[in-house]
Amino acid sequence: MLSRIAESLFWIGRYLERADDTARILDVQLQVLVEDPAIDEATSCAQLLGVMGVDDYTGVVNRWTILDLLAHNPDSNNSIAAAIDAAREGARGARETLSTDLWTAINMMWRGLPAARSRRPPDLFAWVRNQTAMVHGIAEGTMTRDEGWNYFVLGRSIERVDMTARLLSTASLAGSAQLAWPTTLRACGAYEAFIRAYRGIEGDRQAAEFLLLDRWFPRSIVSSLAEAEKALSRLEARGQRSGFADEAQRLLGRARTELEYRPLAEIVEALPTEMERLQRTCAAASEAVSARYFSSAELHAWRGGTFL
Amino acid sequence: MPETHLFDDYGPVVGFDEMYDGSQVRSEYAAVHASFQAMGDDEIRLRAESLASSYLDQGVTFGVGGEERPFPLDLVPRIIEAADWRHVDTGVRQRVKALEAFLADVYGPGEVFADGVVPRETVLTSPHYHRVVSGIEPPNGVRIHISGIDLIRDGNGDFRVLEDNCRVPSGVSYVMTNRPALSAALPEVFADHRIRPVQQYSRNLLAALRAAAPSGVSDPTVVVLTPGVYNSAYFEHTLLARTMGVELVEGRDLVCRQGRVMMRTTRGLEPVDVIYRRLDDEFLDPMQFYPESVLGVPGLVNAARAGNVTIANAVGNGVADDKLIYTYVPDLVRYYLGEEPILRNVDTWRLGDADQRTEVLDRLDELVLKPVDGSGGKGIVIGPAASREELDALRLKIDQDPRAWIAQPVISLSTVPTLVEKGIRPRHVDLRPFAVNDGDDVYVLPGGLTRVALPEGELIVNSSRGGGSKDTWVLADPLEPADPKDTADAEPEPEVPGAQKRAPGRPDGDTQSIPVITAELPEPGEGPGQTQTQTQTQGGGA
Repeated sequence: MLSRIAESLFWIGRYLERADDTARILDVQLQVLVEDPAIDEATSCAQLLGVMGVDDYTGVVNRWTILDLLAHNPDSNNSIAAAIDAAREGARGARETLSTDLWTAINMMWRGLPAARSRRPPDLFAWVRNQTAMVHGIAEGTMTRDEGWNYFVLGRSIERVDMTARLLSTASLAGSAQLAWPTTLRACGAYEAFIRAYRGIEGDRQAAEFLLLDRWFPRSIVSSLAEAEKALSRLEARGQRSGFADEAQRLLGRARTELEYRPLAEIVEALPTEMERLQRTCAAASEAVSARYFSSAELHAWRGGTFL
Repeated sequence: MPETHLFDDYGPVVGFDEMYDGSQVRSEYAAVHASFQAMGDDEIRLRAESLASSYLDQGVTFGVGGEERPFPLDLVPRIIEAADWRHVDTGVRQRVKALEAFLADVYGPGEVFADGVVPRETVLTSPHYHRVVSGIEPPNGVRIHISGIDLIRDGNGDFRVLEDNCRVPSGVSYVMTNRPALSAALPEVFADHRIRPVQQYSRNLLAALRAAAPSGVSDPTVVVLTPGVYNSAYFEHTLLARTMGVELVEGRDLVCRQGRVMMRTTRGLEPVDVIYRRLDDEFLDPMQFYPESVLGVPGLVNAARAGNVTIANAVGNGVADDKLIYTYVPDLVRYYLGEEPILRNVDTWRLGDADQRTEVLDRLDELVLKPVDGSGGKGIVIGPAASREELDALRLKIDQDPRAWIAQPVISLSTVPTLVEKGIRPRHVDLRPFAVNDGDDVYVLPGGLTRVALPEGELIVNSSRGGGSKDTWVLADPLEPADPKDTADAEPEPEVPGAQKRAPGRPDGDTQSIPVITAELPEPGEGPGQTQTQTQTQGGGA
């Protein structure tokens, strides 16, 4: 498979997941802002921007600025609009490798965005969640399980780890935890699953444990890490007798085992720091994947009349 | 019973109308006409709307200046009878064979110059002549793997060649998407006809590309090379790659190593044997052409020269579809094939010739003047529509460089009924059949792209001027077995005996000169001019 196409598929997976998760995070944040009387809007919104990686914004921060920067503004790299644009642009460049159904779904999502943006924020977020779910469903149902599929799943899983880590940070920073955790669980679609798993015992610690470590819940960090590892081992055609030769696989595997074997209290205590570390691991893994698979033999490049 | 009034007040008909012979409906259109009559106005409008929205959802578009636009498909098909098509088919095949022989000669022994058929300087002064490829012998002798021969029908309904396209002809993707879209819109009309299929084009194209592989390669890797998503014909590039099941690569995906072309894959570098390039010569290899181009692959031409990769179409084909060479093609047919041309040219004056120049300069206000290397309709002066100042300026330009100009009479294109706001009205059309040469034979896809000019009286069918397309139906001859190349299955059935060759077309006995009107027919999406601007814009960024 062409490196460029593989890279496109990886990033289509990432951008779709980013749009989805950003919508979920914003949904939580805006609900907390409305419902929690004690919260300081400016501080909490600034924290959210920090968690989402917007660090060059100097103006006044309130719920409308985060809506603009993280949802509507296509020029802001971290916005839903930018993620959907980028996913569609990637799909357009890899159109011949996507199934027609998948391309049509991504194209229709992109075409529907302007209309969806004129709706109320909760409706916009629901629309984004539904659209990405539809795209993933169509991908699941129509894409052959070849290399391309593995890159797509890999991108999606790495992004999901990264974004769930950010979601957990948001929750732990979001003032009154009493309100934040159930909302966070709902944002992940995990509330009912959590209630069933823990028989109604609602606690911050349990909620964090569930989103971090539950092996059965597909949006938890551990499941997403495992999913990414599986995709990587399918890409690594030859089975290995011992250890892992692939850098990305090593990074992700180590992160997962650390989460699973360390005492939970230790992680929950410094949740924002731990989550930041996890995000750095994701970035490193993503770089390792692109160095190994996406840049084959780019030693010589032609620029303006000569080889470099 | 609903009534259809959309055909009321049909007209005005200038030139040849393909459905109506006076007030009589021609036999090939009888069934379509009857179906539309029975459908009723509202139903027809409704179907046209659903046709348009299905195209938008599928993303069937062409690009203008980086913006995607839908390419409108008209509800009324264009129909070509079996006998008429046989004439076109044999004529196009004859023309492609003559052009192949001419290119082999130009980049080889050059006998055509020695025998005085074409003056040597006519070819050498063409901007599309590339000395760098002379002496390169393509593996199966084919240089024009894919061609599009633009045809029009004159006032008598006779097909005439307006232009040859031997470089990167585009538009075949619309032929392939129009058919299923129209059959969904008009199922009952389809059921009444035996229409020759078009979906087999990709299979025949892939077979021809594989046949062109360098010798010794038993299972060649074929790729389609695109300038990228910003190219106006990008939709077509993806469709062809997808339906052939091959990789769609950009220049940056390819790299030359030790005279071989390799593509960068997730498993390292993999060799490429045949490149169907959709990129103009000048951008193909920055080592040979524009050094600033980042769309091409440095070293590609040398790899082709070493016989390690086949470039389809070959580099340097532009000398064969030069507008000045066009005037010599009938002579080339006689010279190389010893046959009379089946499809006639439009009458053309060469201004390089002193006598012809005098005649043209006298009648400048009634002729169409075209620059020979202008493409996409650039630089054309339509005499009857030009002001005195424009004609004077033109006179000056002709004096400075007469070789750069040809003149043609104004040709009235044939018309086909087309659904517009006022009803169903005659609109001018042209036809671009696509021919694929696999080295053994030339296959002409039955039908081709019919472009239609939607404004009343408009003769320029270019899509950027609000042009659309029509599904083009070639009716199957009930007395003839199906062409084995028409079947869409992977394996042609061996047990059809005697199905290989169709009967030769009727000779073109009509020799009288017909006064006709002219229009320039620029490319649908990918005019060479547009491609160039596009590629430059894109290339300029890096």
